Amino acid sequence: MLETNLSWNDILFLLEGTGVTLAITFWAVLGGTVLGIGLGLLRATAPWWLNAPLGAVLDVLRSVPLIIQLVLANSFKSIIGIQASPFVVACVVLSLYTCAYCTEIVRGGILAVPSTTRRAARSLGMTYGQDLANVVFPIALRVSLPSWIGLTLGVMKDTALVLWIGIIELLRASQIIVTRIQEPLFVLAVAGLIYFIIGFPISRLGARLERKWREHD
Amino acid sequence: MLDYTFHWRPALRALPEMLSGALVTLEIAVLSMILGTIAGVLLALARQSGNRLLSGFATGWIELARNTPALLQVYMAYFGLGSIGIFLDSYLSVLLGIAFNNAGYLAETFRGAMRAIPHTQVRAARSLGMGSAKAFRLIVLPQMFRIAFYPMTNQMVWAILMTSIGVIVGLDTDLTGVTQELNVRTFRTFEYFAIAAVLYYLIAKLVTVSARLMAWRLFRY
Repeated sequence: MLETNLSWNDILFLLEGTGVTLAITFWAVLGGTVLGIGLGLLRATAPWWLNAPLGAVLDVLRSVPLIIQLVLANSFKSIIGIQASPFVVACVVLSLYTCAYCTEIVRGGILAVPSTTRRAARSLGMTYGQDLANVVFPIALRVSLPSWIGLTLGVMKDTALVLWIGIIELLRASQIIVTRIQEPLFVLAVAGLIYFIIGFPISRLGARLERKWREHD
Repeated sequence: MLDYTFHWRPALRALPEMLSGALVTLEIAVLSMILGTIAGVLLALARQSGNRLLSGFATGWIELARNTPALLQVYMAYFGLGSIGIFLDSYLSVLLGIAFNNAGYLAETFRGAMRAIPHTQVRAARSLGMGSAKAFRLIVLPQMFRIAFYPMTNQMVWAILMTSIGVIVGLDTDLTGVTQELNVRTFRTFEYFAIAAVLYYLIAKLVTVSARLMAWRLFRY
């Protein structure tokens, strides 16, 4: 029962897959966050005729399964004749997906800053930019960081879906090993453990931040 | 530059087939939500109970469900359970995998909602002579569902989107599965998947809007 055919090479293969998972997560979260901060600011300040269509487009990204988005992007890339590896496609799609959530998080954070606070900052002689940098962002960060951590974790888990467009990440790597050594329960448990080891500390951190910052409110 | 011609007509002709796939998608999502809600309430109770074993089991389930990909959970049901002699077909393993996932998330939602109900209400109910089960059923549960209703709507939408991973374990009756079948037959990938995307969007909106209407009817004082 305890004997296994899982060799060190297989473990290394799994770790390589983990590297791919983490790389995709990193690019997706980076791109999504940068875009999301910009769009979030826009959404918190723009007039309704710009805000409504932007919100609708971002809503589409949140209401269509990621796997469909990946397939669509992958085939669209071939249609318009761009040479891009599936890895790039996955990063772009996941960035946009992350951005859709991040925009709402940033917007919520900015709108959570009381307008009286902002007016007080302006009447102290701060410029609009100073108000944004020194008053709005620090307060908004406290509100949004816990959800942003949750989002990062969610994206990390959602990267598993990129195996469908032919990227060998952690889950696909484990599946390849399963077809060879025929011990699905054990290999998948190892893969799950790796996901868990990455995800659990982050989710704990998020929960702790949330609790700590709520106490100071 | 664009040497690809879109063929929308054959794709649109497959619409009835895809709509019946959408029904299966909705069916899996609803069933997984029902299973997930039942398991979620039990898990939330187990986690709060003084019993070490029970709360440990619940915590383990919740953390596993929340910290590993849903696809891994479906894989576990499909490939993993097979190796200990439990063979589930792809429909059942998708259903159970997503229900497992839903239960983990909903348990946390329910725990938060139960905490929001003042404990004095339960004590008042008990001092009126209700048993603890009766107090839970008549006082805690209805208010808990009221607080948890919007998070549950979100979870329902997620469940619908999650069913699309069924295609990876070979489910060919749900919306994504049907689309993939059509795709491998015709290689009109973009057209079919674009229509599937529109259908998913419409289903998600339909669920959100009907949940709003339901909440409006159910939760007015």
